[in-house]
Amino acid sequence: MTDTSLHSERAATGEADFGDYVALLKPRVMTLVVFTALVGLLAAPAPVHPMVGFAAILFIAVGGGASGALNMWWDADIDAVMRRTRRRPVPSGRVAPEEALAVGLALSGFSVVMLGLATNWLAAAWLAFTIFFYVVVYTMWLKRTTPQNIVIGGLAGAFPPLIGWAAATGSLALEPWLMVALIFMWTPPHFWALALFMRSDYDDAGVPMLTVTHGRPATRAQVLIYTVLLAALAVGTGLTSVGGPVYLAVAIVLNALFLKGAWAIWRRDERMAEADDYRVEKRFFKLSLIYLFAHFGAILAEAGIDRIGAAGGF
Amino acid sequence: MSIARTHEIHRRRRGRNLGVALLLVAFIAVMFGLTVAKISDGSFAPPHQEGT
Repeated sequence: MTDTSLHSERAATGEADFGDYVALLKPRVMTLVVFTALVGLLAAPAPVHPMVGFAAILFIAVGGGASGALNMWWDADIDAVMRRTRRRPVPSGRVAPEEALAVGLALSGFSVVMLGLATNWLAAAWLAFTIFFYVVVYTMWLKRTTPQNIVIGGLAGAFPPLIGWAAATGSLALEPWLMVALIFMWTPPHFWALALFMRSDYDDAGVPMLTVTHGRPATRAQVLIYTVLLAALAVGTGLTSVGGPVYLAVAIVLNALFLKGAWAIWRRDERMAEADDYRVEKRFFKLSLIYLFAHFGAILAEAGIDRIGAAGGF
Repeated sequence: MSIARTHEIHRRRRGRNLGVALLLVAFIAVMFGLTVAKISDGSFAPPHQEGT
């Protein structure tokens, strides 16, 4: 039995299993949401009851999952064309589009109300805005109209630490905005590296990715430009109250590696990339994942060190 | 063939029902935990009245 016939048989029954509904919530994207929101929550200078903190992260994750389901409902036509996404629950026919819409809307409302009840309404309002921004501004509007889609749309993925911070403190400050800026500036080089080696996918789907509209050499240059800006921001953040020696050490090492990777991408052309099957681009993409987790891990470590210092001061 | 197919549908349906049941139990546990946490940290304490 071929893989295709297996999927079409499952689709024909119209019976999704539980895992299909979990897949609708984009669990891999959720790990990033959970981790960065947790860092925002724990780095905030306000003690949170562990159960309230757990509930806050849970409802932020559910909100992130809800936006994933709504994104899959709207983008089913694009997902069906792209190799990377054609096995998702909606394009493969395992979950009906209207079911994905219902799950997305229900979980959006549920997560916002529950976060408001568990923590405060400022955090809930930011979660609602994040879902709106990802679904309406990014998915429905920007993704199909502008090559700057992921630059502006990346803002939605950048908000979780701010929601975590708001959940803990009930207010906002400069620090969570620095974390937002870090993810915001990291998103373009991360996605454009992916677009470089997943080459035919975005072209086939007609998504105006920078690689399609402005060409691949321009994309390579943009990766370098955003990486330089990101490095300045990431190292600069080390000199603010979020940073400290641990963060600064992590930031210097990883930004040096990231700049080296972006420089190598910029120096290459398609002929060189095809010759080694986009090895440099793939390595840069993997490094980008480590980059973000390490920076937020370091922010978390600094917050822990501050707490221990404060406790020792009594 | 048709028997096997029906069986497969039943298996998926059972898995789904079990998943929803576990989610509901987990939700009850979260609500209970939140209630205990909120009461113990004084979130629901009545406001202090002067002269009492």
